[in-house]
Amino acid sequence: MTKIATRDAYGNALVKLGEVNQDVVVLDADLAGSTKTAKFREKYPERFFNMGIAEQNLIGTAAGFALSGKIPFASSFAIFATGRAFEQVRNSVAYPNLNVKIAATHAGLTVGEDGASHQALEDIAIMRAIPNMTVIVPADGVETEQAVFAAAKHQGPVYLRLGRPGVPVIYGEDYRFEIGKANLLRTGTQVGFVATGIMVSIALEAAEALKAEGIDAAVLNMSTIKPLDQEAIIQLAKTTGALVTAEEHNILGGLGSAVAEVVGEHCPVPVLRVGVKDVFGQSGTPAELLAEYGLTKENLMEKAKQAIAKKTC
Amino acid sequence: MNEELKQQLEAKAREIRKSIVRMTGAAGSGHPGGSLSAADIVTALYFHEMNINPQEPDWADRDRFVLSKGHAAPVLYAALAERGYFPKEELLTLRKMGSRLQGHPDLNALPGVEMSTGSLGQGLAVANGMALAGKLDQKDYRVYALLGDGECQEGMVWEAAMAAAHYRLDNLTAFLDDNGLQIDGPVEEVMSTKPLIDKWKAFGWHVLSIDGHDMGQILSALAEAKNTKGRPTMIIAKTIKGKGVSFMEDQVGWHGVAPKPEQVTQALAELE
Repeated sequence: MTKIATRDAYGNALVKLGEVNQDVVVLDADLAGSTKTAKFREKYPERFFNMGIAEQNLIGTAAGFALSGKIPFASSFAIFATGRAFEQVRNSVAYPNLNVKIAATHAGLTVGEDGASHQALEDIAIMRAIPNMTVIVPADGVETEQAVFAAAKHQGPVYLRLGRPGVPVIYGEDYRFEIGKANLLRTGTQVGFVATGIMVSIALEAAEALKAEGIDAAVLNMSTIKPLDQEAIIQLAKTTGALVTAEEHNILGGLGSAVAEVVGEHCPVPVLRVGVKDVFGQSGTPAELLAEYGLTKENLMEKAKQAIAKKTC
Repeated sequence: MNEELKQQLEAKAREIRKSIVRMTGAAGSGHPGGSLSAADIVTALYFHEMNINPQEPDWADRDRFVLSKGHAAPVLYAALAERGYFPKEELLTLRKMGSRLQGHPDLNALPGVEMSTGSLGQGLAVANGMALAGKLDQKDYRVYALLGDGECQEGMVWEAAMAAAHYRLDNLTAFLDDNGLQIDGPVEEVMSTKPLIDKWKAFGWHVLSIDGHDMGQILSALAEAKNTKGRPTMIIAKTIKGKGVSFMEDQVGWHGVAPKPEQVTQALAELE
């Protein structure tokens, strides 16, 4: 299966976007080679601004660009864009509701060998708690490109969460991403996976493996965490009666929490959450880390069975 | 220096000071000290220096002012009202539920407010972004920012200082309202930001040092800033916190305390 990192898709999409939209400017904080904004820098050097290792200033400057009619994409690693610069994002971008796109790469465990200091596992929770913020976590390269264009079209702050390693391409070029719309990739009647980011393709594998065991599992790609597609979640809860969420993020405050909130209020069914269980990561290869923290096909299958079992109790 | 202009601006500054006293008095809270210290600077900007149109607050080619020390909102609101952005009577709604005059400036609430500020240290970076966009679009507008001396304790100020010099933002002029006091006491005692002049010079800025209550010096500094090419200008303005109201002048206690009715009366009498 073809693999492409969402950060690579981001870099490529920015170049395409920059060609059709002259208002787009890109800011980075000394990580252009890693976030892939370097591709935009090569093509449009006059519209690229390196702010150095100064993420607070990165976000503040992007706010100033937005106030002057530009569409700034500000990039860094997720840990710095949402952690170091949290209060700038809150007070200088989200509170004034400015048109800043925070495109952060190297989110989650799959940063890999750099270890816990660089593995953002809290960013979804932090960003979705801020009013006016839209939070998007694309599942593959195709969806990433669409999300970049959708973010540019959307008026207001957007957090785009991207990853480091290659992930399987699950969408064809005819796919159309829409902010706030979940995408049902696979129908099923017994259990529903609600997954985001790199966990979508793993959930698809789990669903296929469960089929061999006679279990009919649905897969919903929740690529927009905020605004959350409540209708899609309620519908899935009704049709399957049991949900399993999957995210490369702390189990607290992210997708699992968001889904449980909706299900609890509108259609209470068992919801089991797969994510990092409120611990920090460590150095390792992405595959080793996903295995160590239970972000695997096998664990999703196990949790699906447990969720089904809970229906009857 | 045109003496008539100077006198006009000084009269405007007095009006703005009176508004600051009235509005903080009516609000029963707020920050009169740091608003009064910046009154002459803000007056010079809004009534002489800046190319703005109150009838068209979002005019694309306007000059921009970012009040980085957002707690001095009363001086900004007073200037905007005096300049005709909204009715002066509305000043008395400061800090009240539902008012457009939020405790710290909200750009979406009130016309003329260029940036929502209040969390210290963030305004200069935003001004940088505006200045960079102006250069990119080859526009002639200028960007102004006002910082506090205590505010310079925020690390982000120096990130922005570095960036403004790096990008040679000569369309950016910043003021440092050097009133020497912050909430917990004199800046020198809490956490010294001195030597301010050397620091801003070392960061690559053209630095001017003036008396921030001398209208002539303020206007001359602004003129020099406009003629300075290749780097941003920082005008370090020595000021007196609470300037114009005898019992507030240079008093730490008047950072974030509103005058009581009898104190409002006395202050207004002094400002006549």
